[in-house]
Amino acid sequence: MTINVSIVGGSGYVGGELLRLLLGHPEVTVKQITSQQHAGRFVHGVHPNLRGATRLKFSPVEALEPCDLLFLALPHGRAAEQIDQFASLAPRLIDLSADFRLRDPAAYEEWYGRSHPAPEWLNKFVYGLPELHRDSLREANYVSGVGCNATAVNLALSPLARAGLIQQVVIEVKVGSSEGGNSFSAASHHPERSGALRSFAPTGHRHQAEMFQELGEFELHFSATAVELVRGILCTAHVFLSQDLAEKDVWQLYRAAYGSEPFVRLVNERKGIYRYPEPKILAGSNFCDVGFAKDERSGRLVVLSAIDNLMKGAAGTAVQSMNLMLGYPETTALTFTGLHPI
Amino acid sequence: METVNCVECAGEVEIAEDVMVGEIVECPECGAELEVVSTHPITITLAPEVEEDWGE
Repeated sequence: MTINVSIVGGSGYVGGELLRLLLGHPEVTVKQITSQQHAGRFVHGVHPNLRGATRLKFSPVEALEPCDLLFLALPHGRAAEQIDQFASLAPRLIDLSADFRLRDPAAYEEWYGRSHPAPEWLNKFVYGLPELHRDSLREANYVSGVGCNATAVNLALSPLARAGLIQQVVIEVKVGSSEGGNSFSAASHHPERSGALRSFAPTGHRHQAEMFQELGEFELHFSATAVELVRGILCTAHVFLSQDLAEKDVWQLYRAAYGSEPFVRLVNERKGIYRYPEPKILAGSNFCDVGFAKDERSGRLVVLSAIDNLMKGAAGTAVQSMNLMLGYPETTALTFTGLHPI
Repeated sequence: METVNCVECAGEVEIAEDVMVGEIVECPECGAELEVVSTHPITITLAPEVEEDWGE
């Protein structure tokens, strides 16, 4: 007996990735997937990698029927405006937008520039990062997605933050173009985008709100640069510690935090080509690789992490959360190891 | 099989009981090459290696 799930807003890159994962999930039947723009078309017309995997067609959102769990993969702001309607269709919701990630309505207003349309719903949602909220997710009916950049940062820094060891951190993420979604603009026109190293958010990126919420308040500086990648995030965090740690102590701290995590791997090899986290070999996988190096001269600790932004940074983590909510093995449908070479 | 801790990352490294002094074993976690310097008890140290370097 499988459960019926539907996806609202399934024509984007995250919606397509979600559908790819759910079609391979043995406990799930995908009942409906909506798109206003593509209603009536086969989904493989928009997500060509799914040709032969399903005969589903996109439905208009008005045609949504009740189901067991509803994924919301709408543009930011839309889910919050219709949350009562969506909640009437399914007892469990997973919203992959930014609408329900923050618990504090004032923080939402500060970072998203408008008051939250449904603030009474914020505390009903659990932040959907299993490594930080596994027990709560097992009990949750409403789960938010995660910001992709925030996930790379939160998993890189959580062990240090929880131990109160961060005095100051300066973070740079290098990200792929799929973070920008499947809409296009002059900025994404090939002659403009190709080969560019674009500092699209040197300051003020909204995912910082999720970092403060999940890591706690300390001096955190964040910049984001778009690079020549389609998928992937490499996070480089320069941490200035509140007390000196030997690199072996850092190993112990991260091993204690992530030693039994199915999707976090410590990558800090003394030799070889992939000595530190590298997003290239994570494409399509749900792994977050984390590594570090200590600058003995200055005391600076460099913490690195890498993810696929569409997977661990979005759809993969959402399916991992669903597995926890429904009591399935946490890794179900998520065991793809990535490709090498790629 | 005996287990010792890597001198680099403190990870667990399994070493065969018939290991000989001078053998090199590899840490499964950090990849460090470790030289066995005594067998009773088993003691390891970081083996010298040529480091890769780019940009110099």
